[in-house]
Amino acid sequence: MNKLEIQQLEKKFGEFEAVKKISFSIASNQTVALLGPNGCGKTTTIAMILGLITPTSGSITINNQLLGKEHHYLSKMNFASPYVELPKKLKVIENLKVYAMMYEVDDSNNKIEQLIEELNLAPILYKKTGELSSGQRNRVSLAKAIINDPEILLLDEPTASLDPDTGDFIRTFLENYKKKNSMATLLASHNMDEVTRLSDYVLMMKEGSIIDEGTATHLIQKHGREDLEEVFLKLARQK
Amino acid sequence: MKIKRILSLMLRHLYLIKASVPRIIDLIYWPTVQIILWGFVSKFFTMHSSYFNNTAGIILSAAILYDFLFRSSISYNMLFLEEIWSRNLINLFVSPLKVGEIVIALTCTALLRTLIGLVPAVLIAIPLFGISLLELGYPLILLLLSLYIFGITLGLLVTSGLVRFGPSFENIAWASLFFIAPIGCIYYPVEILPTWLQPVALALPLAHIFEETRSILIHHTVNYSNIYYALSLNAVYLSIALLTFYQSFKSAKVKGSLINVGE
Repeated sequence: MNKLEIQQLEKKFGEFEAVKKISFSIASNQTVALLGPNGCGKTTTIAMILGLITPTSGSITINNQLLGKEHHYLSKMNFASPYVELPKKLKVIENLKVYAMMYEVDDSNNKIEQLIEELNLAPILYKKTGELSSGQRNRVSLAKAIINDPEILLLDEPTASLDPDTGDFIRTFLENYKKKNSMATLLASHNMDEVTRLSDYVLMMKEGSIIDEGTATHLIQKHGREDLEEVFLKLARQK
Repeated sequence: MKIKRILSLMLRHLYLIKASVPRIIDLIYWPTVQIILWGFVSKFFTMHSSYFNNTAGIILSAAILYDFLFRSSISYNMLFLEEIWSRNLINLFVSPLKVGEIVIALTCTALLRTLIGLVPAVLIAIPLFGISLLELGYPLILLLLSLYIFGITLGLLVTSGLVRFGPSFENIAWASLFFIAPIGCIYYPVEILPTWLQPVALALPLAHIFEETRSILIHHTVNYSNIYYALSLNAVYLSIALLTFYQSFKSAKVKGSLINVGE
């Protein structure tokens, strides 16, 4: 069953068409990657799904329910991006408590304990979030993003600017988390290894349109390239 | 509307206040300095002005009430700006928090912030100048309510600007109350203003609130029509502010500026 269905989604900012009538769907427990050069419409697409931007036309259906003016599904969705931060002056534990309460998490103490354990947050729990390294901050953001056991998770470049070790920690965590939890994930990333490793399906975007799609293996074979990065470069440079 | 979600945003700001002693000192320091300054000015006028000679405390009471308004509005703006500065707004907008819940949470937290700053200053005024706001009697509750609603109204209008135009609107946040102060008739009667400006002043709740404060302290009579006008005008302005706030959210979503508010 499709958890998220996008039909003919379009966003215009004046004359500029940021997203051009794109359609795709994500099933429960499926990870779909949005790939494309900067400014191709990935963030706008994610923002429309999150209700941050009103689409010009098209529809977003979540759990077979059409998204109206009021976003009915935010309590079961979540989002993480290194470009969106948690309150810097609050301690990690305080941020987790605030967001557990905001998402009305049942048995929040237990959930927070579990996140501390799984994301290795114990050593930084009483540190102010603003004093953490980018890797540590990323782990805390991820903890916030799954604090409500989301049915739909949107990740915007989750490992951008992380060292390989921390990046791998996050990817391994997401792989394991997905095995244990049924969750539809939309992943926007520029890291091709990450996309190959985490996603079940890839959407290649360029200038607001989906120009190709398929599994990573299928796309590599179809374009006769060695890896997804080469496919990306070919499509991005194609006139 | 869920209480738990409203409390979560309040908790976020309480953690922030609790974590920083300089922040608490800052909250208390400015109202205290303001009240001590106006306390001495008030004392001077009491001794040297026939208008004020039998009515010690008019200026100081007005200063305290104005500071209550000022703190309410600034607190509301500060709480919203805090979310912008910490780049946390997107996290709030993509959470289940409704716009109405954000407004209520900020309104309640702004009151708490205002009281933290003002209560010590008001208590200091009692032994230092022999002046207590309680002399205004039970209408004080209605006057404070009126001021608080107007403070939140201004806060809502400024935050609407922040949502719509981004952090560049921040300077307006600081200046908003100074625009209105001259026609608020805080320290002088409406009649002092030029005739053409008097209707403008009377169209604001402030003129009625401070007229009533003077009426109680000078004539020892409560003129409920002033309170009625103040509350009615407040209802109109608050409705406009709420509509503006919702409209600015709607407009920001269409223009896509919501995702840039925190940058």
